[in-house]
Amino acid sequence: MKWPVQLVAGAILFGVFLVAAIVSLGWTPHDVTDLNIAAKLSPSGDGYLLGTDHLGRDMLSMLMAGARTSIAVALVAVGIGIVLGVPLGLSAAANRGGLLDEIIMRGNDLVFAFPSLVIAILITAVFGPSALNAIIAIGIFNIPVFARVSRGAALTIWPREFIMAARVAGKGRALISAEHILPNIANLLVVQGTIQFSMGILAEAGLSYVGLGAQPPTPSWGRMLADAQTFFYAYPRLAILPGLCIVMTVLGLNLMGDGLRDLLDPRLRRAMK
Amino acid sequence: MPSRMASRDASLWHRAVGGTNVRPMIHYAATRLISLALSLLAASLVIFAVVEVIPGDPASFMLGLNASEDTVAALRDDLGLSGGLLERYVAWVGGMLTGDFGTSYTYRVPVSELVAARLWVSLPLALYALALSTVIALPVGMLAAARRGRPTDYGIMGATQLGIAVPNFWFAMLLVVLLAITWPIFPSGGFPGWDGGIGPALRALTLPAVALALPQASILARVMRSALIETLNQDYIRTARAKGLTEGQAIRRHGMRNAMIPVLTIIGMQFSFLLAGAIIIEKVFFLPGLGLLIFQGITQRDLIVVESVVMLLVFAVILVTFLVDLAYALVDPRLRHGR
Repeated sequence: MKWPVQLVAGAILFGVFLVAAIVSLGWTPHDVTDLNIAAKLSPSGDGYLLGTDHLGRDMLSMLMAGARTSIAVALVAVGIGIVLGVPLGLSAAANRGGLLDEIIMRGNDLVFAFPSLVIAILITAVFGPSALNAIIAIGIFNIPVFARVSRGAALTIWPREFIMAARVAGKGRALISAEHILPNIANLLVVQGTIQFSMGILAEAGLSYVGLGAQPPTPSWGRMLADAQTFFYAYPRLAILPGLCIVMTVLGLNLMGDGLRDLLDPRLRRAMK
Repeated sequence: MPSRMASRDASLWHRAVGGTNVRPMIHYAATRLISLALSLLAASLVIFAVVEVIPGDPASFMLGLNASEDTVAALRDDLGLSGGLLERYVAWVGGMLTGDFGTSYTYRVPVSELVAARLWVSLPLALYALALSTVIALPVGMLAAARRGRPTDYGIMGATQLGIAVPNFWFAMLLVVLLAITWPIFPSGGFPGWDGGIGPALRALTLPAVALALPQASILARVMRSALIETLNQDYIRTARAKGLTEGQAIRRHGMRNAMIPVLTIIGMQFSFLLAGAIIIEKVFFLPGLGLLIFQGITQRDLIVVESVVMLLVFAVILVTFLVDLAYALVDPRLRHGR
C-alpha cells in the first residue's frame, strides 16, 4: 500500500507538536511558572533556546506546554462531539423521517445557530473563563457536526443488502446501527475527526486570545499572542513563534485529514488515478 | 436595443423564480419562515435559561454591600428583575420585538442604543470581509478548476491550505506590523466613526476585514474549485462542448449555476463565522463593536447586554440561513418542489 504524501507530511508536522506536548508533561527546559524578571525579553541563547517573554519565562517551555493545552482541549472537544453526536446521528438515520429524526435534526440546526465563540461567551458569563469551559464550548459545537455526518453516511448504508439480511435475521435497529452501520462509517468519522481537531486548535487559540480559554499561569498559544500584542513591534519573536506553532499544528492536521480521506476512500482514490 | 435587454433580463428572472408558476416558491418560503420563527423561539428560550442560571443578583451587585433591602428591591423593580420566570421571559421577548432590549445595568442607557451604535462597526466589518472573501475566492477557485492538475492549481491549493491554517487574529497582528507600522498605509486600530465620511471609516476597517477574509476566502476557493470540477464531469457539459462551446463558455453558461449550490451554502455559513470572528478581530484593532460590548458586559456582570447581543448574533445567523435557503430555491428549482 502506498501512503499518500499529504498524510506522511501532515503526520510528521503534527507529530512534532504531539511529542512536544507529551514531553512537556514530564519535562520542560524551564518551569513555565518560573518568572525571571531580570532576564525578561532576552534573545535566544543564554540558557534560553528561544529567549524569554515579558515576564522572563522561557519561550520554548511555554510553547511546549501551550501545545499540551491546545491539543488536550481540541482532542477532548472532538471526543465530546463523537460520543454524543454519532449516537444521535445513527438513531436519526435508523428512524428516518420519524419524530426522533425530526427532533434531532432540528436540535442540530439550533446548535448550529450558536457559533462556538458565542457558546463560549454564554458559558463564560455563567461559570467564568477556564480551559474546561473552552472544551465544553468547542465540544457542544462539534456535536451537530458529527450527528450530521454520521446521519448522512448511515442513510447511504441502510438500503444495502447486508442490512436487509440483518433485519431479516431479527436484529433491532439499535443493534444494526452499532454492529453494521458504525464500522462502515468509521472511515468518514476519522476524517471528520481530524478536521474538527484542527478547527478545535484554532478555536482554542481564539478563545484564549480573548481571555475566554485557559487562564494564567496555564500556558496557551492564544494567551501568549494576547500577551505579546503590546511588545510585538519591538519583539516580533514573541508573537511569531506561538503563531507559527498554531499554523504548523493546524496545517499538519489538515494535511493528515486530506491524506486519510484519500487513503480510506477507495472510490475517491481510484477516481484520482 | 435597451428594451430587448430588459425583456431578456425579465425572462431570465422569470425563469429563475419558477417559470410561469410562483406558487411553489411562496409555499417553500412560508414553510422556511415558520421554521425560522421556531428556531428563534427555541434560541431565545436557551439563552434566557442559561442567563437565568447565573448566580448573583445584579441589583445588589450594583449597589454594593451596604445597600438596604428596600433600595435593592426598588432597583430590581426598576431593572425588570422582579416577577416570575415566565413574566420576565415574556417581557424580554416582547420588548425585543418592539425594539426595547431593556436597560443596561452599568451604562444606565437602553441596550438598544448601545447595540445600535456598535452594530454600525461590526456589521459593516462582517459584510466587508464577506465581500472581500467572495470577490477573491470565486475567480481563484475558477482559475484552479480550469487549470486543474497543473502547477497553477497546485500553487493555489497549497496557498489555500496555508490560508485555512492561519488564525485570523494572528494574521491581523502581522498586517498591523506590516501595513500600519512599518509602512503606515492603514491605521493600526480604532474607528473614526461614519460621521467623518466613508473614506476614513473604510480605511479603518480594511485591515480587520482583510484579516477576517483570508481564511474564509481559502475555504471558499477550495469549495468553488471542487464544485466546478464536479460539474465539469457532467454529461450536459460534454454535450455543450460537443455543440462547439469552448470550456470557458460551457462553464459560464451551464456549469456556474450548478456549482453555485455548495458555494452558496458555504457563503451563508461563513457569515456567521465572520460575525463571531469579528468579535475577536475587534480586540486586535480596538474597534468599538459588538465584541467590545459583550466582553465588557461579561466582566461587569451586565447580563442584559450579554443576553441581548448573543440573541442578536444568533438571530443574524438564523436569518442568513433562511436567506440562503431562499437563494437555493432561486438557483435550483428542484428544491422548491421538495426533494
